[in-house]
Amino acid sequence: MDSNIKRELILDNFNYPNNKGLTNDPSYIKKSNKNPSCIDHFDIELKIEDGIVKDIRFDGEACAIATSSLSIAIHRFIGKSKEEVLNIIDNYKKMVNEEEYDSSILEDLLAFDEIYLQESRKTCATLGVNIIEDILENN
Amino acid sequence: MHRDDFNILNTNIIYFDNGATSLKPKCVTDSINKYYSEYPMNAHRGDYNLSMLTSNLYEKSRDKVKEFINAKSSKEIVFTSGATESLNMIINGYFKHALNSNDEVILSKSEHASLILPFMELGVKIKYADLDEDYKLSLDNISQKVTNNTKVIALSHISNVIGDKRDIKSICEFAHKNNILVVVDAAQSLGHTLVDVTDMDIDFLAGSAHKFCGPMGVGILYAKEELMKNIKPVTTGGGVTSSFREDEIVYKDYPFNLEAGTRNVPGVIALADTIDYINSIGVNTIEEYVSDLRKYLITKLSKLDNLDIYNKDIDGSTIIFNVKGVFAQDTSLYLDKKNICVRSGDHCDKMLHEVTGVKNTVRVSLYFYNTIEECDKLVEALDNKNILEESLGI
Ligand SMILES: Cc1ncc(COP(=O)(O)O)c(C=O)c1O
Repeated sequence: MDSNIKRELILDNFNYPNNKGLTNDPSYIKKSNKNPSCIDHFDIELKIEDGIVKDIRFDGEACAIATSSLSIAIHRFIGKSKEEVLNIIDNYKKMVNEEEYDSSILEDLLAFDEIYLQESRKTCATLGVNIIEDILENN
Repeated sequence: MHRDDFNILNTNIIYFDNGATSLKPKCVTDSINKYYSEYPMNAHRGDYNLSMLTSNLYEKSRDKVKEFINAKSSKEIVFTSGATESLNMIINGYFKHALNSNDEVILSKSEHASLILPFMELGVKIKYADLDEDYKLSLDNISQKVTNNTKVIALSHISNVIGDKRDIKSICEFAHKNNILVVVDAAQSLGHTLVDVTDMDIDFLAGSAHKFCGPMGVGILYAKEELMKNIKPVTTGGGVTSSFREDEIVYKDYPFNLEAGTRNVPGVIALADTIDYINSIGVNTIEEYVSDLRKYLITKLSKLDNLDIYNKDIDGSTIIFNVKGVFAQDTSLYLDKKNICVRSGDHCDKMLHEVTGVKNTVRVSLYFYNTIEECDKLVEALDNKNILEESLGI
């Protein structure tokens, strides 16, 4: 992906993130996280029905990389099965950690394919998906 | 000023995170090296000459601190690991025993976590004094919260986020008229402005050496002698007792009863060199220089229309701001790419945002080795419409 397109995707998703704002609907599973090394904070709500991720909402304050990666991930995950989402997350995290990964399933998440070059941004890029992974693995 | 004393300033780093910790001059690192190469002994443990030399240097440092803050006696000084430990010892070693459940403590929401949390853990009633519209804490706001049950006023001398300097002398005078004790967190003020515990009539004071050019892991606890007598050891172990049997512990006299276990001996010794160094420049000279530099920087930053500055008019050394539309951390990562070190976040103050409405900010905190040229570079870096985009590093 061209750098200009990456930047545009990231800035768009930071300034106008998908699915921001919580529902407080009890049928959603709710989880928050605090990145111990920085100041980003997310609350995430996830609705799963018959093994399908029906909806994900989030709220919180976080940096451009954390917010945009979560926003892009949410867009990618909704409507997929739990297993599909976990597989995308697994490959996305491998990419962020500079390991072998399957690029064919990541789509816009490829905007972060060079984030491993910035050590301090790696935790930002995985903050949101880690919470989603945690919810899916435990429910 | 005095930039040659800091090896790290020979690199092209611009260090504006002095509120977190200051740089260490060569005389301080030399002192630590000298300890490890010439007399690396424990203090107050051995009878041989070298150990005596170490013990003497350790106690000389106590005398030095006494003079630095103008305490009446060296017995009023305990060495700790930092302001955090000092505050925990004051609160858990003294107030835990002196307060009952009806007693009230006055704090403000612009205090550091190390002052608020130990009081919260005590389970006493806490009242938070209001802040002025420019987020400063005044005696007026404190006095409004005083009731017959108020026993303690606890506050920082200079707050670490807003940077306002509180009128400690008037606050102590007011408190004592009302039979209230005052705990002063001097982490941001020692070595930055004059601290005179006798003139200000402070009851308890906490500080950290590393905030004024000293070593990491060395703190100061000051208490008036009649209060020091009644601080109970929170930690006990080697070095604090004169004897103990199955059914009895006999503690040494203060301050030694409060310094259990092996201390940061090189750090304590280097604190004496730190104080000599700061005195050789002069605390008043430092304060004036930093104040002028801050005025220069704030005037320049105020001209940029992409910034929200939250503490324009204060006496301390900090400027907190955000770039419009940019998350604080993105701004600090952008500045890091230009070798400018600043802090972003809530600065260990988790409640201030309830008052200011902004959770995370960028903080620039100055010290005497910062320069006008460095300030100009910061202004130049922030005078940019593409900060967010450039912060991404993509
Ligand atoms: C106002 C204030 N109080 C207390 C502390 C705690 O100091 P230390 O971490 O050295 O114990 C700090 C340090 O950030 C501070 O700024």
